[in-house]
Amino acid sequence: MSLIKETDFGTPASKSTQSVTLTIDGQPITVPLGTSVMRAAKMLETSIPKLCATDSLQSFGSCRLCVVEIDGRKGTPASCTTPVEAGMVVRTQTQKVEKIRKNVMELYISDHPLDCLTCPANGDCELQDMAGVVGLREVRYGYEGKNHLSAPTDSSNPYFNFDESKCIVCSRCVRACDEVQGTFALTIEGRGFDSKVSPGGKDFLSSECVSCGACVQACPTATLEEKSVVDLGMPNRSVITTCAYCGVGCSFKAELRGDELVRMVPYKNGGANEGHSCVKGRFAWGYASHPDRVLTPKIRESITDAWTDVTWEEAINFTANKLKTIQTKYGQHSIGGITSSRCTNEEVYVVQKMVRAAFGNNNVDTCARVCHSPTGYGLKQTFGTSAGTQDFKSVEKTDVILLIGANPTDAHPVFASRMKRRLRQGAQIIIMDPRKIDLVQSAHIKAAHHLPLLPGTNVAMINAFGHVIASENLIDWDFINERCDVTAFKKWEAFIKLPENSPEVVETIAGVPAEEIRAAARLYASAKNAAIYYGLGVTEHSQGSTMVMGIANLAMATGNIGREGVGVNPLRGQNNVQGACDMGSFPHEFSGYRHVSDDVVREQFEILWGTELQATPGMRIPNMLDAAIVGEFKALFVQGEDIAQSDPNTKHVKAALVSMDLVIVQDLFLNETAQFAHVFLPGTSFLEKDGTFTNAERRINRVRPVMAAKTLKQEWQIVAELSKALGYEMNYKSAADIMDEIAQVTPTFKGVSFAHLDKVGSVQWPCNEANPDGTPIMHVDQFVRGKGQFMETHYVPTEERTTRKFPLLLTTGRVLSQYNVGAQTRRTKNITWASEDLLQIHPSDAEARGITHESWVKLASRVGETTLRADLTDDVPPGVVYTTFHFPVSGANVITTEFSDWATNCPEYKVTAVEVMPTLVGPKETISASEVDSKMQELSRNV
Amino acid sequence: MSQVKIYIPKDAASKSVGADQVADEIVRIANQKQLDVKIIRNGSRGMLWLEPLVEVETTEGRFGFGPVSVEDVKDLFEKDFINSQNHQLSMGIVSEYPWLKNQQRLTFKRVGVIDPLDLADYERHGGLVGLRKALTLPQEQITTLITESGLRGRGGAGFPAGIKWNTVRQTESDQKYICANADEGDSGTFADRMLMEGDPYLLIEGMTIAAIAVGATKGFIYVRSEYPDAISTLKSAVINARDFGLLGEKVLDSNFEFDLTVVVGAGSYVCGEETAMLESLEGKRGMVRPKPPLPAINGLFGKPTVINNVLTLATAPIILSEGADFYRSFGSGKSLGTQVFQLAGNVKQGGIVELAFGISLNDLLNKFALGTNTQRPIKAVQIGGPLGAYFPNELFATALDYESLLARGGMLGHGGIVIFDDTVDMGAQARFAMEFCAAESCGKCTPCRIGSTRGVEVIDKILNNENKQENLNLLIDLCDTMTDGSLCAMGGLTPLPVRSALKHFAQDFGLAKEVANVAN
Repeated sequence: MSLIKETDFGTPASKSTQSVTLTIDGQPITVPLGTSVMRAAKMLETSIPKLCATDSLQSFGSCRLCVVEIDGRKGTPASCTTPVEAGMVVRTQTQKVEKIRKNVMELYISDHPLDCLTCPANGDCELQDMAGVVGLREVRYGYEGKNHLSAPTDSSNPYFNFDESKCIVCSRCVRACDEVQGTFALTIEGRGFDSKVSPGGKDFLSSECVSCGACVQACPTATLEEKSVVDLGMPNRSVITTCAYCGVGCSFKAELRGDELVRMVPYKNGGANEGHSCVKGRFAWGYASHPDRVLTPKIRESITDAWTDVTWEEAINFTANKLKTIQTKYGQHSIGGITSSRCTNEEVYVVQKMVRAAFGNNNVDTCARVCHSPTGYGLKQTFGTSAGTQDFKSVEKTDVILLIGANPTDAHPVFASRMKRRLRQGAQIIIMDPRKIDLVQSAHIKAAHHLPLLPGTNVAMINAFGHVIASENLIDWDFINERCDVTAFKKWEAFIKLPENSPEVVETIAGVPAEEIRAAARLYASAKNAAIYYGLGVTEHSQGSTMVMGIANLAMATGNIGREGVGVNPLRGQNNVQGACDMGSFPHEFSGYRHVSDDVVREQFEILWGTELQATPGMRIPNMLDAAIVGEFKALFVQGEDIAQSDPNTKHVKAALVSMDLVIVQDLFLNETAQFAHVFLPGTSFLEKDGTFTNAERRINRVRPVMAAKTLKQEWQIVAELSKALGYEMNYKSAADIMDEIAQVTPTFKGVSFAHLDKVGSVQWPCNEANPDGTPIMHVDQFVRGKGQFMETHYVPTEERTTRKFPLLLTTGRVLSQYNVGAQTRRTKNITWASEDLLQIHPSDAEARGITHESWVKLASRVGETTLRADLTDDVPPGVVYTTFHFPVSGANVITTEFSDWATNCPEYKVTAVEVMPTLVGPKETISASEVDSKMQELSRNV
Repeated sequence: MSQVKIYIPKDAASKSVGADQVADEIVRIANQKQLDVKIIRNGSRGMLWLEPLVEVETTEGRFGFGPVSVEDVKDLFEKDFINSQNHQLSMGIVSEYPWLKNQQRLTFKRVGVIDPLDLADYERHGGLVGLRKALTLPQEQITTLITESGLRGRGGAGFPAGIKWNTVRQTESDQKYICANADEGDSGTFADRMLMEGDPYLLIEGMTIAAIAVGATKGFIYVRSEYPDAISTLKSAVINARDFGLLGEKVLDSNFEFDLTVVVGAGSYVCGEETAMLESLEGKRGMVRPKPPLPAINGLFGKPTVINNVLTLATAPIILSEGADFYRSFGSGKSLGTQVFQLAGNVKQGGIVELAFGISLNDLLNKFALGTNTQRPIKAVQIGGPLGAYFPNELFATALDYESLLARGGMLGHGGIVIFDDTVDMGAQARFAMEFCAAESCGKCTPCRIGSTRGVEVIDKILNNENKQENLNLLIDLCDTMTDGSLCAMGGLTPLPVRSALKHFAQDFGLAKEVANVAN
């Protein structure tokens, strides 16, 4: 496939439903009212020369190349800033405008280096193109006049250069930073001839720039250019694929030069991102070819042995034999597997199929257990389906956003940009979060209410919202009567009105003034369209599921479900959390969330798979780990998850791992868990995979192989071969075959196939006969479960409480440049921005403990301790400390406890009672020898 | 002896030639002599060669003395200027002074006459009559009155004010604004400043009438940062107007609400361009916006906005009080009412001349300016600020109105008339036009941003006799590009002085007249 270049219409599409007919160069065309003359011309495939215009940005009118003549109008208006009018007669090529264009181009070139042949943008430069289009042949001004040719190049950003000498001051970068990304890091400094693009401070790296790449993409010249293009040259072919970082699921054009990946450019037709990106997806893909990648299978008898490289065949036979032996010795239920939210739907599906059909049990769980399992549970109970209700685009119609326990600007940056754009248009935002996240106050954004509640008090807070809405009669009665189970509502209403749920009582629990809670609740309830967005700050609690149901109650009570601009929207942490859950990764559910005890469903699978299946749910991850410690669970297949770093209470996890006879890790790198493994099966990066990811809006996106698998095998093939060696054959010829089977057995995926996705780009499930193009908004006419179900959400405080010994509450999260346990981002230049986990602590808490900024501190909970550096900031309130878990050396999960959500066992990562003390020494081995059993001691000596 | 009122201007131009010191000296000597005098710091009458102009109020009228220096004060007292006009600086009754008497002052009728911040004085001299009238009229009738009066925008573009107001009136919105453009940056202009310093309530009254007419509740006066006196006078006037009930929730006890804020300009010439002014008012970099959308529909903060020059708004009250027919009885054709000309540059008698449109440039120069200060012959007159055309003697018969000037390649602009004697080098003036544009360009559009700098370079080459013909052709091409291609009038009009200099003063470029004529 050749290099894909999306059509640039010059100005954004008009959303008007009225249309206007005009004539351009003699050809009539009908376009929506508000369309620019430039865009209308492009729709007729007439390209009017342009430099400052691009259709991701509002028109600006600065370059003056796009001038046209319009009958009855004086002068030569710019076609980008002139909206069409009925009956308008436009001429785009006249002697007059051609002369202006040529003369303007002559001015540009009089202050531009003449190094086209050696310029990295040679062949991909709009200035070069336009000089050709207007027929510039000479520059009569000469080149000895005032110019910027000796302006310096800023190479401070690890991924791109800013070569000021090539800048034409079109402001596309500044406008992209403002309009698309919403960071406002760039500006034009000086005026007149001295005008220049500036990142405000010393250089790009030290500025507010978040390295999203929007400016680089917008730049029409080589001024802002990827370093990879400078180093490798222009790419010559593209593959459209999907980013493998967060749950936004951005579409990218992987641009290659032969087989070498040169750059990742966000794809304009991507349903989730519409041409935008963040620093991770855009730039942090170098890990795929990092020397740490393991490409050959490895085995060993004992975790104290050194690894032996083996062939695929040897590795698979070794694994199969061991599994069979263990099952013979310890029983059918002594083994299990964990699927990964980072793998494709197809890869996940085959793992759960292997567990159910080849292992012969239901001991399959997924890493979503530790993030969004309460979402699945809570939304299924109330609405009937385990997924968010909206598409991302929906936020464009939202008037009030209620954001709970999520930090989109760091964790879901591309969606955050969309959200910020809406806020700049006048929507309001209420933020329920202990921390002062960026959206509380940043450039052109100020939250209407920030409710800095104490970690662990979410349910009390959401109940207080419900209380205000019910007691102040802000209920949408029509919605309740038509759409909801009225009996359940009445019970909820009686419950929520209890004084214990009043803001005045909740103030004493959550530490937020009652009046502030009331005002925020009223704002949410009285908005025309109010939408809730939430993250792991909701789910990773002992009452995670309760909170999700509390959110659902609120949306139903105010009628904010079933149309654009409203809804309940979980922001998924990883690329395929939604998909991994959809694919039947839970021990109690087949794909499409159907219980294993449902005879009809199970029988369908039994017939198709040709084997008997278990009717009782298997073990969840924590159950497997607990069973391992008591010696009942002996072998675990771990697909692309690093449970030794990411799961809570590391000490407990490691103790379980060392208790097993066989740990199989399928991953890119020898991760923390691999230290405890007997088999290492090298996996493929997203650049090598063929399959699909399902993002937070239920959008199924294609993941296309950009390059051949460095391991020579797709991950689904490895699983299929292992399954075959265990005696159960799968017979897939390609990943497309797997999706065809998924579609066959999963009602919500019925209309999905690779062929269909390749045709339409992406679809949001349910995708079936009724909705062949998918379902952007769910529960439009009725809830999936029929009537919306209100649930009583009693607040039960977590048992994890501060004590004299552990007086602070620790909560955790993510920074923009790093991702989860950092396995990928730590192996990229993103470490330029964050190279260690920091402990955010309020200056008053720090002062009381003699802790200074950037000094080493010891962070201890009742289960463990670690050392990291302090970051004194009032972004956290007094009494609360915060850190990330990107770096294994700090191992934040050594601290987190065994408490978990009552319904789903999702760990309570977000609340841990801790103490922080100054220390002189830096980080050490995260677990001291005295703290583990003898086996652990042996391990620490050997690894 | 009863108290004597002595007027000494507080106008910045008067202060620049010692009005404050003169006032202090008068007070000092009066105290010494135990004379009961009351000093009133009025605005300037606009006869700048007579500043500081000291006026003594008598039953016969106000007698003037000027220009008075600090050293003259003692002599004035010695010659008993309070009771006697027998002094070499005496000019008789000021209002009878021919230079003033021969004007038709409508907008400027109170400037120099009243105590600028005394609202009672303002009312005694006819203030608030127009606003009170407006409060009795339906909104549409106000805009119709303004349209019928023929009032056009005095900032330079000359767009009919009534049509603009009516557009804002008819555009539905929860919020509308009135913005007074007081970023008076044209060289040789000072009328806005003198009006704001000398009769600030007139601007406030005019803005309030506009607000009532279109349904706006909030106004801004965007004042040039180089006008600290005007800024402080306006700020005091706004406070007084609020106390008086002229501004606030109930304008003069009516049901109309209007308040305004004085904003200090960002120090850029382009911020006088209306859309750049909106950007600046919004706290952004002062850069021009493309039109459409028109500010009348989508202006300040995206809301319908009346943007008028100070003089336009300050003329509304008299139209309301005296009627549209009265106002349109001045001037003729499409240039109706009066124009406030500002005589500046190398001029013998510079200052404010308000006259009906249509007076010839010759009459203005001969009857009011009385030639150059250097006593040398006039070589050129630049009309309409730094972007206006240079007129040679051959065109001095031109009537000063919008259409006649346009027909001769010129423009009225904000009414600035800058006079040059025969020592001026018009090649250097043409270069200055480009240089001014290079210095003041906002940098947004290419023709202005790069073109102005190249313009300076090309003119230099012509003046240095480098490839003269080629560079002349290039300059003309560049002028075309800037005229047709620029985003706003800054770049679009810069070629006007350049072309006029080439056309009328070819010899200053070392060119034969017929060669330079290709410039047009």
